[in-house]
Amino acid sequence: MDYKLSFRIVLLLLALAGISIAVARSVQTGMPFLPGLERSVWLVEARIDFDAEGGPITASLSLPDAQIPGFELVEEQAASPGYGFSIIEEDGNRRAEWTRRSASGEQALYYSAQLVESGAQQSPQEPAPATRDAHPIYWDEAEKLAASAVLRRARQTSSSAESFTRELIKLLDDTDADQNAALLRAGESDRARLLMNLLEQEGIITRSAMGLRLEDARRRQTLTPLVEIYTDGEWRLFDPQSGAMGLQPDLLLWHRGGVSVLDVTGGSSSRLSFSMIQQTVTATRLVSSVNSDSIFNTIGMHALPIEEQSMFKLLLLLPLGAAVVVFMRVLVGVKTAGTFMPILIALAFLQTSLIPGLISFVSVVMIGLVLRGYLSRLNLLLVARIATLIVLVIFLISALSIIGYQMGYSTGMTITFFPMIIIAWTIERMSILWEEEGAKEVLIQGGGSMLVAVLAYLLMQTPILKHLTFNFPELNLVLLALILAMGNYTGYRLTELRRFRDMVQG
Amino acid sequence: MLSQLRTIRRMHALGVMGMNCRNVDYISRYNERKLYPLVDDKLKTKLLAEEYGVSTPTLRFVVSEQHEVDSTQAKLEQLDNFVLKPAQGSGGKGILVVSAREGSEFIKNSGVRIEFSDLRRHMTNILAGLYSLGGTSDRVIVEDVIAFDESFTNFSFEGVPDIRVIAFRGYPVMAMMRLATHASDGKANLHQGAVGVGLAIDSGACLNAVQYNRPITEHPDTGYNLKEIKVPNWREILMLAARCHDMTGLGYLGTDVVLDKNAGPQLLELNARPGLAIQIANGTGLLPRLRHVEGLPDSRRWSASQRVDYVMRQFRQAEQVPAE
Repeated sequence: MDYKLSFRIVLLLLALAGISIAVARSVQTGMPFLPGLERSVWLVEARIDFDAEGGPITASLSLPDAQIPGFELVEEQAASPGYGFSIIEEDGNRRAEWTRRSASGEQALYYSAQLVESGAQQSPQEPAPATRDAHPIYWDEAEKLAASAVLRRARQTSSSAESFTRELIKLLDDTDADQNAALLRAGESDRARLLMNLLEQEGIITRSAMGLRLEDARRRQTLTPLVEIYTDGEWRLFDPQSGAMGLQPDLLLWHRGGVSVLDVTGGSSSRLSFSMIQQTVTATRLVSSVNSDSIFNTIGMHALPIEEQSMFKLLLLLPLGAAVVVFMRVLVGVKTAGTFMPILIALAFLQTSLIPGLISFVSVVMIGLVLRGYLSRLNLLLVARIATLIVLVIFLISALSIIGYQMGYSTGMTITFFPMIIIAWTIERMSILWEEEGAKEVLIQGGGSMLVAVLAYLLMQTPILKHLTFNFPELNLVLLALILAMGNYTGYRLTELRRFRDMVQG
Repeated sequence: MLSQLRTIRRMHALGVMGMNCRNVDYISRYNERKLYPLVDDKLKTKLLAEEYGVSTPTLRFVVSEQHEVDSTQAKLEQLDNFVLKPAQGSGGKGILVVSAREGSEFIKNSGVRIEFSDLRRHMTNILAGLYSLGGTSDRVIVEDVIAFDESFTNFSFEGVPDIRVIAFRGYPVMAMMRLATHASDGKANLHQGAVGVGLAIDSGACLNAVQYNRPITEHPDTGYNLKEIKVPNWREILMLAARCHDMTGLGYLGTDVVLDKNAGPQLLELNARPGLAIQIANGTGLLPRLRHVEGLPDSRRWSASQRVDYVMRQFRQAEQVPAE
């Protein structure tokens, strides 16, 4: 009894500690408990890597304008020890410049910006570009012929500069199109460059732009090349890959105009990559976060670099999934195949979204079971059998991705988020279960795993729970107390009521 | 919802033990983890049983490495009948019974004739861990076949009836007999459709019989009246279960026993996590009896024989279980 009492006190203390730290954090930093009271903020971090050659270094990065369509730049920072940093304006183009007298070896420079989504879609009016001589374009004879043929086809099916550009993108993209387009594609691998060359050949004024696709918790993203054409007194934006016109809502226009995005002098092999994370931050906090010396800003997740933050966003959801598994097994009595396999599946669902994830997972496991049925006739040793399954699962996933992609579902690709080894083991165990206990048991355990995975997924993708676990990590102590309490539950499981019902009524 | 609450109340009244209660209050409290290998590995159980003089089918030899498999042919051809089984198998998986031999052909229990090459493949599978928990590599046990007591042939279809006794701190508290049926495919596994017969702890007589958790009175395949079952050598069976506690040190232990017509009760295997179905077969819960045994003084160091006499007096009939 004494032991039980002290155990309960520990549980209570854990829960109390979690809740009181969370309340203190909320009071101190103004972080609300509900995500709805906040504005959505994108934290974008640009990272420049290069090898310094020992001499003076100047690195210059083009920055987004203060008024970017769809966004509002709230704050920007640069972190690069040993470097001088300034933001300069050059022909209406904002650039960040890092300078240093000498350095050698690998260098990493960071620039981060906080952007708030705003309603304003229109970019500010810009003066018409000075008509300038088209760039001299060097094409060999065959390319010149091909270019004029492609331009003629596009001209025939279009009526304006916009529709001409759209048709041209379609012609260039069409994989089975005529040899002319194929020849041009082979000559110039940069699709945006090729499009601009052709458009300028046609006398349309163009300029290049760079966009950044905003996706929560992404790392190592690169810029997407875009093309703008000048027509009817304004610039129109085109995506040279998809042909979409105008600015997509998830696209941040990072750079416009002909100047290069990144210039590094005194260094080589320079690379530019982006990490980003979507945060929900109160308007007051937005301003105070940097200057505040509150303890919670040092021990909170926001103190970490964005790259790590996006990882923790996912990691801090895991306790929630674990609690669901404990609940379903201990209190409900659902049978699952593999204790924590459902959490891994739920994590994968977070990447793939539910329905496509569910369909692809179930189909891979089903096809795998059929193949495994054949393998069992080969009398392989266990380790070899699982290894064979892993290879087969990878083939299956590649095949499904390719088929899905060809049929126009890019969601087919997301199947790669599933942990392969786990799938192979699941197939192996399910197959043994099938042989030993029959198909019914496979359905019970497979269905149980799916049920738990879907429940865990539904909880893990709830905005308020995502918000709480990430912004108030101490609330996981409450979850821990809950898990410990369930671990000590000795009452009946829900499924046992059914099992023993006939016995107690007889 | 209300009927669910009523079910819970009745289960409480009968002292039905749930899975969580078994795991937290009994298995994790009374079964030391380090003792598990003694029962999970049947070879260890067997050697221990021989050491303690608990009767178990005689061990002929053990195959532990793949290269030994070919040399077993000569040894097997000297035996008239034998059983091949994995040391770490569970639930009767991977057990092959050869009941007779004609020249180079072996005749299985079911009458199917097989060659040595079939036996060799079976042994290879066992060694590779096909039947072991977690798929770890395993060993093959070759032992004598049990000559089954014929008093139960009418009650079991195709398979062999065995008796499961749960002993708590060395006191046998509940017992049942498992009868294979056509539905269970000759296996004595209750959730696959075998019949469970609850046995009175003082006499070994049938108390109650169930299939698929529902009460029945006749064997579904043979039609025999299950109420007529009364297990012979009952005290010996309880003694065997009680002594298995002394031999392993496990506080909450399931003992599977088979009756040999010549040698009497034989220990087949032990289980450190025995299931809950025995309560359904007996039509009553384990908890009152477990709590009674928990209430006995720790200082009491009784012999197996004294403990068996005690439970045969104490837990006479399901109806007479003393209230808490």
